[in-house]
Amino acid sequence: MVKADWSIFEEDYWAINSILSDLLKSSNSRSTLLIDRTGQLISKVGMPPDFDMMSFASLCAADFEANNQLAQLIGEKDFSTLYHQGAEESMYLSKIVRDVILVVLFDKSTTLGLVRLRVKRAVGELSTIVESLFEKLEYRNEEYDKPLVDDEFTKEIEAEIDSLFAD
Amino acid sequence: MSLINYSSREINCKIVYYGPGLGGKTTNIQYVYDKVSPDTKGKLVTLATEMDRTLFFDFLPLELGTVKGFKTRFHLYTVPGQVYYNASRKLILRGVDGIVFVADSDENRIDANIECLYNLHENLAEHNLKLEELPFVIQWNKRDLPNALPVENLQEELNPEKHAAFEAIAVKGQGVFETLKQVSKMVLHKLN
Repeated sequence: MVKADWSIFEEDYWAINSILSDLLKSSNSRSTLLIDRTGQLISKVGMPPDFDMMSFASLCAADFEANNQLAQLIGEKDFSTLYHQGAEESMYLSKIVRDVILVVLFDKSTTLGLVRLRVKRAVGELSTIVESLFEKLEYRNEEYDKPLVDDEFTKEIEAEIDSLFAD
Repeated sequence: MSLINYSSREINCKIVYYGPGLGGKTTNIQYVYDKVSPDTKGKLVTLATEMDRTLFFDFLPLELGTVKGFKTRFHLYTVPGQVYYNASRKLILRGVDGIVFVADSDENRIDANIECLYNLHENLAEHNLKLEELPFVIQWNKRDLPNALPVENLQEELNPEKHAAFEAIAVKGQGVFETLKQVSKMVLHKLN
């Protein structure tokens, strides 16, 4: 049994992608992404980015978390959404359940109002999937009870580590 | 909080370098970035002040390789060491899978080391985490300083539990990879 804190199974991944694709089309955005709040990219849909996605995901998570700390300082539980406006491109971030963040990148071919409206619906749908994902993790089915990170896996990755970090 | 994505076939883990200000956390990550092959590293993100003091964090993604069809990545973060950046340190610890404590061997920094270690315990508690339950490695950095405390003294003050510890001179790269190898393997063992 994998002891990772969470996993994304294939059927959930495609369900998530389907919602992100619908959001992309209905809001006329350039990209929609799902990021976990530790800064790891879960899924993305839309225009291929011309920037480093891993850096982007970690910065989005840090941005969201920093703003939550600010919210708590002023007596709010959190800021559930963030909006960053650029001259050409803008970003809208929204909290989903279980420490997951939805990010929408859009330009002047759409409006903030439309993005916010469509995100509101997508947040509900994504929250349902993420919640069911966590429930599934508690009661694994047989298919995923086959250990991935077993002794053989660990040994092979340790060999990779030794090779990568050789002085 | 490690993430296994069965669809994209990726495993991601988070390692945080913690320690007092100017102790060598960023130096560690910078050395790793400079030395590993280009196809295994992503972009090094550093959010720092004009004086090169870490303001928010440094971030470096490393790809370890593909095993059983799964790409394994470690995301390395450093926290800002200066005392007044505690809010930032706290949030960078979210979802941590393994910690490297970079201790400053300078005898004048022993109090800063102790305070920082205590701070680590406090910040982890805010995330409902306990240091005893996490992969944890200590690095005794700056072993080349003329006033470096003997390792035995550092162990007594900072590592009575006898966690894995490595001597290092991070500016020269000594001990950097040994430290990272150890914490990486410990994170993997925890996943197993």
